[in-house]
Amino acid sequence: MKLEVSGLNSFYGQAHILFDVDFAVGEGEVVALLGRNGAGKSTSFRSVVGLVGQRTGKVMFEGEDVSRLPTYDIVRRGLGYVPEDRRIFTELTVEENFVVGRQAPRSGVATWTPERIYELFPNLGEMRRRPGGHMSGGEQQMLTIGRTLMGNPSLVLLDEPSEGLAPKIVEQMADAIMAMKREGLSIIISEQNLHFAKLISDRAYIIEKGRIRFSGTMADLEANPEIRDAYLAV
Amino acid sequence: MEFLLVQALSGLASAASLFLVASGLSIIFGVMRIVNFAHGAFYMLGAYVAFTLTDRFAGPLGFWGGVLVASLVVAAVGALMEMVLLRRIYHAPELFQLLATFGVTLMVEDLVVLIWGSEDLMGPRAPGFTGAVSVFGRLVPSYDFLLIALGPLVLGLLWLLFHRTRWGVLVRAATQDREMVASLGVNQKWLFTSVFALGVFLAAFGGALQIPRTTVSHAMDLSIIVEVFVVVVIGGLGSVTGAFVAAILVSELNAFGILILPQISMITVFLVMAVVLVVRPYGLFGKPEGAPRAAAGISIRPWRPMTNLERSGVAAVVVVVALMPLFAGDYTLSVGSEILVYVLFAASLHFLMTVGGLSSFGHAAYFGLGAYGAALLVKYFGAPMEAALVIGPVLGLVGAVLFGWFCVRLSGVYFAMLTLAFAQITWSVAFQWVEVTGGDNGILGIWPSSWASTPQGFFWLALAIVVVCVAALRMLVFSPFGFGLRAARDSALRSEAIGINGKSTQWIAFIVAGTFAGIAGALFAFLKGSVFPETLGIPTSVDGLVMVLLGGIETVSGAVVGAVVYKALAIWLMSKTELSKLVLGGVIVLLVVAFPKGIVGFLEDLRHRRPKAPGGAGSEGAVDVAKVEAAR
Ligand SMILES: Nc1ncnc2c1ncn2[C@@H]1O[C@H](COP(=O)(O)OP(=O)(O)OP(=O)(O)O)[C@@H](O)[C@H]1O
Ligand SMILES: [Mg+2]
Repeated sequence: MKLEVSGLNSFYGQAHILFDVDFAVGEGEVVALLGRNGAGKSTSFRSVVGLVGQRTGKVMFEGEDVSRLPTYDIVRRGLGYVPEDRRIFTELTVEENFVVGRQAPRSGVATWTPERIYELFPNLGEMRRRPGGHMSGGEQQMLTIGRTLMGNPSLVLLDEPSEGLAPKIVEQMADAIMAMKREGLSIIISEQNLHFAKLISDRAYIIEKGRIRFSGTMADLEANPEIRDAYLAV
Repeated sequence: MEFLLVQALSGLASAASLFLVASGLSIIFGVMRIVNFAHGAFYMLGAYVAFTLTDRFAGPLGFWGGVLVASLVVAAVGALMEMVLLRRIYHAPELFQLLATFGVTLMVEDLVVLIWGSEDLMGPRAPGFTGAVSVFGRLVPSYDFLLIALGPLVLGLLWLLFHRTRWGVLVRAATQDREMVASLGVNQKWLFTSVFALGVFLAAFGGALQIPRTTVSHAMDLSIIVEVFVVVVIGGLGSVTGAFVAAILVSELNAFGILILPQISMITVFLVMAVVLVVRPYGLFGKPEGAPRAAAGISIRPWRPMTNLERSGVAAVVVVVALMPLFAGDYTLSVGSEILVYVLFAASLHFLMTVGGLSSFGHAAYFGLGAYGAALLVKYFGAPMEAALVIGPVLGLVGAVLFGWFCVRLSGVYFAMLTLAFAQITWSVAFQWVEVTGGDNGILGIWPSSWASTPQGFFWLALAIVVVCVAALRMLVFSPFGFGLRAARDSALRSEAIGINGKSTQWIAFIVAGTFAGIAGALFAFLKGSVFPETLGIPTSVDGLVMVLLGGIETVSGAVVGAVVYKALAIWLMSKTELSKLVLGGVIVLLVVAFPKGIVGFLEDLRHRRPKAPGGAGSEGAVDVAKVEAAR
């Protein structure tokens, strides 16, 4: 397994948010973490990269326990993180945003350059000098993914990449994620949008109120509409 | 005409150093959110070390090499301070870093005297720039032209650094969103250290460049730090270009203010700053501050009124203190009275800071206004003490009504700086309006009524007033008004939604705090029998801040303990050692590191050890680790 999370419990202050959450991503797999608003998807991802202060449990990345490491160290090992709400650097140009994300090439993993990212997201190539604050939501979403790719990750956590995007851009996003998969990247996305998840994922987990309620292939999920209806907004 | 030009040139030359120091402060604040009070101390150190080096090694290489090496040496000292001190307290409330750097400033002031002596030192002239250039028949030192050219040069170099290097891009990114930078694999530890080192380098460089122009003295730090704060605030925190423009503005105001309004020259700069802040609350080139660092961790333990047991405990302490005059000597009692006055002063500031969420850097203004109010009543109207104690503080109240109205329009560091500006204006008035206030000579002969003229009598008087006032402040905290204030502090938006007008609530808090400070000030006037401009000065304001922070910003009444500990320590040290600032600074630094929640906050933590940490690891520890990691 590329990433193996087990027994994750997370807290914000006194509030217990995640309860014994387990999930895993295999080499080259695309996995979806599905759940409604406030189910705990973002908290799961933030916990994996060490951004949630109070958490217990084990996070194994490429066979090593990274749960006690600081965020930057986890990320440098090749675990890329794309936050929800994008968080691009609005004062920095597209190129400069890439500079922040840049890390040394990693052996056995695709190496990304700005040029290759412009191939993936042609829109970005047309606005290399534009400050991040002056871009549309879709372009910002592309930028935040590209910025993380600049770190040459072997696995990417994508937090709701389709959120708030026009249908056309969502399609483009799905294509890009498939292209990333073809590069050999392992990917886990969090989603509320089942339709989008179906386009790209091999497997899915469903999280609700901080607990994993379902785990299986997309086909399993298709075959059990009652699960979908119980835990996801459709 | 020529004269004006020459004056303008001299202003521009002064702007160079001011810009260097201010840009350093601005860069540090932008990335680290630290108001580095020690910045003036590093400026001073730069001048001293450069003095030693250029004194030892003559010639152009000796001079310029000395200036550069001095700046590098001081930058290394700054980096060391960041690593051993600041790194430990990044997770503490923001003001704690200010307190720590203030402690360092105190230490440096004494160390400088210890190493270089207290005499002013004359540095060498810059080789090649010893002469003067004739401008329309007037002589301008050629060194001034060098400085004038240097300002834009440094500005350009900094621009290149921030736009053409990866390091610079990372710094700009971190200025906006530090967590995101860490999430992209950047080790912020070293980013912070290098940013701090660069900022300190600029300060030291600014200081080193001053040696051919002015004498090197151990008061250089305070004289520049206030001006630098003003520059940074006018320019906009975090903006280097802003610092450049504001440095020129402030220097020219200084250069011409002297000519036009010699009587109130010191005020002009502060007036301009106040106007700028009211018109553009984030300075000329600044951007709105990001949401203040999450107040998570603050008030984990909800405040509550004292239990009966605690009330009895406090009553017992008051009784014991009230019995002191029966056995303590006169000296002890007068020290005790002074401490009591500061307890009230600190408690009033504490009220504003914790309940109002407003950190004033100029609270001494209202303390001093109360003192002057009482003194003026005695001097011009022959008022008896009783009347002066009641009416004197009204001056503090009026000051708070007036200044507070402007201040509460701002928040965070900008609020702090505007309060500082108003305090300086008040100080200037007291200092320069000699006919009324006696200026530097102060107002003398403010003696208490005969029944309170013995140390015992005055101690009881002070105790009675202070106990009543502190109790009143505490009751206010738990009154509906206090709840409204706290709601406004915790969430401006939400409280507006439930119908609380945040601004006017904060304004009232400001007035309450100012009035109680005024009461303390009036008492102080009678305790000392005199009033001087220092009562309104920056050191008095800073003392108040230190007391509040030492006591614990998250507590209800920590300031009381902070004031007792700090004032007693300060008075005791002053009597025991020549190096009181060194020791006091050291103690502050140690306390900050050991008790990041203040003394009372620490004691409360001990009492309320949280029962069980979720899932094993000590929860308190886990929170801290997390915050440190987030800061990396
Ligand atoms: N910083 C925080 N402090 C306190 N509680 C939080 C914080 N962030 C999230 N929560 C709570 O944690 C729970 C899980 O939130 P999380 O953001 O992980 O959900 P999510 O599945 O990502 O939802 P969404 O689809 O809205 O992004 C929610 O109940 C939320 O209110
Ligand atoms: Mg989310």
